[in-house]
Amino acid sequence: MKRSTSILVLLAAIGGVALSAQAQRITVKGSDTMVVLAQKWAEKYMAKNPKVKIQVTGGGSGTGIAALQNKTTTICNSSRKIRGDEIAVCIQRFGRRPIEHKVALDGLTVYIHESNPIKELTMQQLQGIFTGRIKNWNEVGGPDARIQVYSRENSSGTYEFFKEVVLKNLDYTASAKTIPGTAGVVQAVAKDKFGIGYGGAAYGKGAKHIAVKRDPNSPAIEPTIETVVNGTYPIWRYLYCLLDPAQEKGEVLDYINWILTDEGQSVVAEVGYFPLPKHLRE
Amino acid sequence: MRCLLHDNYPHHSHLLAPKAHQPMSHPGTPLPSDWDFIRRGRRKRPGEWVVEKIIFLVSLSAIVLIFLIFAFVGNKAWPVIIGKTNSARVSQERIIPVEDMGKHTPQELQAYLGLSARQWADMDDEARKALMELKVEMAHEKVEDKDAHINTTSWRYLFLPHQWTGYDKPEYIWQPVSQIHKYNLVPLIIGSLKTTLVALLFAVPLALGAAIYVSQLASTRTKEWLKPGVEMLAGIPSVVLGFFALIVMSSFFQHLFGYESRLNTLVSGIALGLAVIPVVFSIAEDALTSVPRSYVHAALALGSSKWQVAWQIVLPAALPGVFAAVVLGFGRAVGETMIVLMASGNASIVSWSILDSCRTMTATIAAELAETVVDGHHYRILFLIGAALFAVTFVSNLVADAIIHRLKNKLEGVA
Repeated sequence: MKRSTSILVLLAAIGGVALSAQAQRITVKGSDTMVVLAQKWAEKYMAKNPKVKIQVTGGGSGTGIAALQNKTTTICNSSRKIRGDEIAVCIQRFGRRPIEHKVALDGLTVYIHESNPIKELTMQQLQGIFTGRIKNWNEVGGPDARIQVYSRENSSGTYEFFKEVVLKNLDYTASAKTIPGTAGVVQAVAKDKFGIGYGGAAYGKGAKHIAVKRDPNSPAIEPTIETVVNGTYPIWRYLYCLLDPAQEKGEVLDYINWILTDEGQSVVAEVGYFPLPKHLRE
Repeated sequence: MRCLLHDNYPHHSHLLAPKAHQPMSHPGTPLPSDWDFIRRGRRKRPGEWVVEKIIFLVSLSAIVLIFLIFAFVGNKAWPVIIGKTNSARVSQERIIPVEDMGKHTPQELQAYLGLSARQWADMDDEARKALMELKVEMAHEKVEDKDAHINTTSWRYLFLPHQWTGYDKPEYIWQPVSQIHKYNLVPLIIGSLKTTLVALLFAVPLALGAAIYVSQLASTRTKEWLKPGVEMLAGIPSVVLGFFALIVMSSFFQHLFGYESRLNTLVSGIALGLAVIPVVFSIAEDALTSVPRSYVHAALALGSSKWQVAWQIVLPAALPGVFAAVVLGFGRAVGETMIVLMASGNASIVSWSILDSCRTMTATIAAELAETVVDGHHYRILFLIGAALFAVTFVSNLVADAIIHRLKNKLEGVA
């Protein structure tokens, strides 16, 4: 009985998804980090151009790229560079390389609990903490307590980016607790007195962020608009929009160009990311 | 006459009215008109026949669907099982410079780019050239690592520890997104077993106690609201239970016990137990209720108390059914995803402590599948885990079903 009901529910769900997959004019899919940003862009743009319909969904950078390859989305948001094997599939499907637009900057913030006395850490210390070489807060000048490391799921673009920039491609410690979603990580750190986690700058509510030093002798840098945009804050990345070159025309091209105008970039700052400096806009 | 051969009452058979038996033993004889409705009942109308067959087909499709799902999952995992996948980061093959494209035959280039003849034909020259350029670029990004030549998807690396670059000792490591993709399944298996064990230790005593109380000791009135009450637990969506565990239970337990890791196996196991209770309860309660009342009456007549009846007569008689309930609860606990994904912390460590975090097989699939390259090795390994989970729950359900069936036969005296 139960089994057949669940199968009915499954069939109904499949039917529902199939119906709702009707193509809109511009569909945007991809990075969860960029969902809020993309929605704000879409809202603003649709208010200005009522004829254009833009539909934004998340799911993760990899999901977005898969959707781009399957031509189920027009624009793919990605918080990491597209990988070689993914480009290969794109070339097979489109006949061309996908176009990669840099659309914003994102500084990754390292979060700790509010009660933690630590104010700054060097990149080496961060690497040690997240790879598990440093296990106790007193090794970096904090209280005598085990460090509780929180990380994103390995499916996230943020996970890979942090691993590349901060961990220098070493593995995360096995005891790192992985939480789905940046908001989840920040919340977990906010509830854990000895926790440490990382995430997009836009999520920084509830836990405090720390300043990062490039090496022990350099000054500690807070993640702010100035420091990220001029590149002194060491943990930053580009956010991308990926497109099939055949699609980049008409309304889609107008939309992408609008994103790179001052008006589009002002939305970036509103949401908590960092606008691209003029010389980096293509 | 047939009725004379009737087994149970051979001596009384002459007392039965022969007239009443006649229509049954001689279907050919004409019946009086008021028997028509009975005769009609033996044959189906065409419409009923069609409806019956449709219902049969629908229920059959459920079984077919299960087999199709298993075939799909198994098919995706098959290359890993027979060792056809290779995750080595170093390839021995020569890189062909883009300028030399003209010097090679299309067949050679197809093999070099890993394309089928069809895919090759569908592409124009520019696309082929783009692929060639990409191949050169990717060769430049090659990984410098002593483990780069290892095929980490072979059985040895799935189950045995290995000392990877940067580690002090051989370890069981699950790090699928890494320079070297490390796919050791041991931390995940331990995680699944650990949470399941905690969940069962928490849920089984509670559920069985409730089942014995409801089926044997409670008054009809109490039973009327208690039974649906417990079963209502099954109606709580697991994501709600998981959220509750993540936000409320974890902080409360940490406050209570003062351990280090806020999200751990204990929290997720107990939340999982809440999902297991209704499964164990309703099947155990069924098994206990299906013990014939004559056992109870006989024991009561001999002077035993209600407690003695429940513990020493009914429970032993229904034991196989109770065991089946536990096995089904196990299947539910192993297969549950959302609760453990949210509340266990998902750290892939090898530790049997219930105060440590753990990463279960189900949560791993849920968290990672969406981002894997379709048909890549990470994807296939996740399907291998899925196939293993399917096999475990399928076998446990099968065992439980067989036990319940045997119990029924035993209690009904069919044996």
